Amino acid sequence: MSARLLEVENLGKRFDGFIALEGIDLEVAPGERVGLIGPNGSGKSTLVNCLCGTLVNDTGRVRFEGRVLNGLPAHERTRLGIARSFQLPRPFGSMSVAENLRVPLIYTVNARRGAKLSAGEIGVRCNQLLDLVGLAEMAQRYPRDLTQVEMRKLELARAMATEPKLLIADEAMAGLSQSEVEDIVKLLIRLNERGITVILIEHIMRAVMSFSQRLVVLVSGRKIADGQPEEVMRDPEVERAYLGQ
Amino acid sequence: MRSRVFFVIALAIAVVIFAAARAIDNDYIFFAGYTVLQFVVLATAWNILGGYTGYVNFGSSAFFALGAYSSVFFHKFYPLPIPILIAIAAVISGIVGLGMGYLTLRLRGAFFAIATLALAIVLQTMIVNWDYVGGSRGAYIVRPPSVEFLGNYVHYLFLVMLLLTVIALTVARAIEHSALGYGFAAIRDDELAAEAAGVPTLRLKLAATTISGAFMGMAGAPLPYYIGFLQPSSAFGLEYSVNSIAMPMIGGTSTWVGPLIGAILLGSLQQIATVTISSAVNLLLVGLLLVAFVIIAPNGIVGLAIRLVRGKP
Repeated sequence: MSARLLEVENLGKRFDGFIALEGIDLEVAPGERVGLIGPNGSGKSTLVNCLCGTLVNDTGRVRFEGRVLNGLPAHERTRLGIARSFQLPRPFGSMSVAENLRVPLIYTVNARRGAKLSAGEIGVRCNQLLDLVGLAEMAQRYPRDLTQVEMRKLELARAMATEPKLLIADEAMAGLSQSEVEDIVKLLIRLNERGITVILIEHIMRAVMSFSQRLVVLVSGRKIADGQPEEVMRDPEVERAYLGQ
Repeated sequence: MRSRVFFVIALAIAVVIFAAARAIDNDYIFFAGYTVLQFVVLATAWNILGGYTGYVNFGSSAFFALGAYSSVFFHKFYPLPIPILIAIAAVISGIVGLGMGYLTLRLRGAFFAIATLALAIVLQTMIVNWDYVGGSRGAYIVRPPSVEFLGNYVHYLFLVMLLLTVIALTVARAIEHSALGYGFAAIRDDELAAEAAGVPTLRLKLAATTISGAFMGMAGAPLPYYIGFLQPSSAFGLEYSVNSIAMPMIGGTSTWVGPLIGAILLGSLQQIATVTISSAVNLLLVGLLLVAFVIIAPNGIVGLAIRLVRGKP
């Protein structure tokens, strides 16, 4: 057993001639709150997709709790305990908000435990999750009735329904107002306090700085900084690349 | 409602329908009724893949014909009772469904649809060139003039198809309310998000193609005994592929009720048109109705009804 929850070693991914990621090394300890930033097109989402199994990395290794994930499809990584939210919310449109949470409960929690939750237990879990993100009143509504911020909360609730050890929030706040952003940051910190390791990918610096205990910077598919948020932001290379100076 | 309760109720309704048909005692009722029921099974089967998971199968006729030709094969090789032929057809078509799924389900959307169309053409070519089952000339199936207890053989075929309908509807409904149903719906709504939620999408899609293919084959298995002469162009007829898409679309694809309503409506309309106008009008009728429904009620009759009940614009 490794003390690291997530270990990424020399990860690389190219799309035809374009190098999206190269030589990425990253370690995340259990319980940590890590912010991942970088300009548009720097490979943040590609990295998330390689961690979650949506894309297959060309080189390198991803380890989770000491177990090598290479070759595992996305749903098995979810079952191991890696959950993600999508940059653009992808709710199950034909299902009510509560039913959206049933899917991960049935397919992840049940599959992992080996014993099935009863219909009643699933209902209770759904309500708890909706309470957690503040969507309890919307349980029977459909995703099309939700506002942007509610949609993000549903996205996080659905990720949380898988009972993850690691939550990867891919730009969960893009396009939200300042108070809504604070809302989501508070929610993520609350989740972290429950023992869930969180990687936050974000453009909104206020949110990243208030959330992260550690900051990782990607530029053009390479990691150029990794450390204390304040120190990283003072790094001249980061300043030059990230702030475009 | 539990599936077992539903099955018993559906069975009771089937018994009433059969008794009523016997009471009317007009052979045409059984003849036309068989065709309509066959389309109910076919439409329900298509909907398990097309409606629940959202993968459009244009090659329904291939699975249907596979069922029919497996019966032709056994008729020549070693005659068996129809219920056993149906079970054999289910296994064969189910395996072909699984194989097709394995080869094509990495394709999405239009590409999957094209691949299913190609499968129909490949299978038809194979049957045309297989002499044992009649090749392009077709095969005659001499059915027994009568059967024990029921007498008329067409009555027997009607009863068999009625029971198959009950089974198909019970299975479709059970899937809808099960974990499998949630997984299928998640795939239909967003495959990437489904994977992220832990849904093994490939395995579930294979389950859908297998179940769907199996029921299509079952619908086709009694066909040679019904028409008496089977040739590739009729077994692989365009009407089967088109109807099995059009009927669920017109009835509504998200529940088991939709294909049932669509198949009864369209199937009956086609029977009436065949008798009163000509059998060539059938597909024209389907085409016109499909266009009308896509414009007026894209979610089918069931969708329209839900909208009216909820009072949403």
